[in-house]
Amino acid sequence: MLSKRIIPCLDVKDGRTVKGVNFVDLRDAGDPVELAWNYSQQGADELVFLDITATVERRKTMVELVKAVARQINIPFTIGGGINEITDADALLNAGADKISINSAAVRNPELIDELAKAFGVQFVVVAVDTRAIAGKNIVHLNGGRVPTEKESLDWILEAESRGAGEILLTSMDHDGTKAGFDNHFLKEVNKAVNIPVIASGGAGNVQHFVDVFEQSNVDAALAASVFHYGEILIPDLKRVLKTNNIEVREV
Amino acid sequence: MIGIIQYGAGNIFSLTAALERLGVLYGMINKEADFELYDRYIIPGVGHAGAAMQKLEQTGLVPVIKALKKPVLGICVGMQLLTAYSEEGDSNLLGLFPIKTLRFAGSPDHKVPHTGWNQVFAEQDSALFANIPNGSHFYFVHSYYIEYDKLYTLSSTTYCNKFSASIMRDNFYGVQFHPEKSGAYGETLLKNFSKI
Repeated sequence: MLSKRIIPCLDVKDGRTVKGVNFVDLRDAGDPVELAWNYSQQGADELVFLDITATVERRKTMVELVKAVARQINIPFTIGGGINEITDADALLNAGADKISINSAAVRNPELIDELAKAFGVQFVVVAVDTRAIAGKNIVHLNGGRVPTEKESLDWILEAESRGAGEILLTSMDHDGTKAGFDNHFLKEVNKAVNIPVIASGGAGNVQHFVDVFEQSNVDAALAASVFHYGEILIPDLKRVLKTNNIEVREV
Repeated sequence: MIGIIQYGAGNIFSLTAALERLGVLYGMINKEADFELYDRYIIPGVGHAGAAMQKLEQTGLVPVIKALKKPVLGICVGMQLLTAYSEEGDSNLLGLFPIKTLRFAGSPDHKVPHTGWNQVFAEQDSALFANIPNGSHFYFVHSYYIEYDKLYTLSSTTYCNKFSASIMRDNFYGVQFHPEKSGAYGETLLKNFSKI
């Protein structure tokens, strides 16, 4: 059976992790490579690095980070943030990234999805969608959920799929940061509507939330940041609980 | 020492990084004369099988590869190239295995690409899987699969249908999953290949 994936997400700025990390036995809590290695040893199935560097040097920093991760980590990982064109993606692929995640750039220029899928294969292209409800409708938002667009989220997700997205990373901005659970209702709707894998994001606060999202929406993967970084949820414990709930997981 | 066949299909950074972590020596093969420098070979590959086959043909190395007598390991699309045909791009491939590469039918319960960690079950004993428990998880990401064949399938995985997770014929081996991304057991498999 294909396992459900557990994915810690690391925010990186200028090559360092920025969200607070409260982790046992880390020499340097800001070192994304050491943190990533730690997660891979705990049994994380995949990692996402979100680069929030704002400087012009960002591309070089990202490539260096990707290389450092690929050298030391033996599980797949995705890089997101600041990928606007084919050359950005090409540099990351050659540095060892398994997938890239595009968000605003795809909304502004949907053909970027087609171009990336054609150049590197659909398996390389994750389209990240930040959604927030406005008057009962799920609307795509940009800039971390601050700027609404004209697009309805499900319509945009279906368009992304038809253009060549290999996976959807769906973050509910209404749930993100609340620790009150994933948006299982909308995730279920999206998961049923597409034929590509869906990663749930936003709202994880405890182990039961992961059980709920897999049981209620049947998504392929669940992503979280702070609950892992602060050690509130340990991945081996999480996987044990998922397993006792008959959810297929990979144990290490 | 492993020779990695360079033909421009996909990045090999993660593969060489894994070999370096394992202390397995490797080098690159760009031309026919390079083959004699190595005692085993890896054919990497991601992306489109038809396009990958075209690139491989452009290197002029196809006749040499077909005649190799030392161990060869194809990874992902590199494995699919060893088969006779792929539905991807309706392409004829190397034909070292008289079996086909087909597209997953897909459904809401079986999304395509088949992405993630799935279990691999032995169909035959092989040194390639030494010290790897039966049913271990490996990392897959692919939309096309190699049909199950009792004769050549070393191990199988089920997704939509049962397919070949790995194949073997004489000195030729192929794995559909990515050993360089499959945690400790993936590294064990690469180490095993370096000693076959």
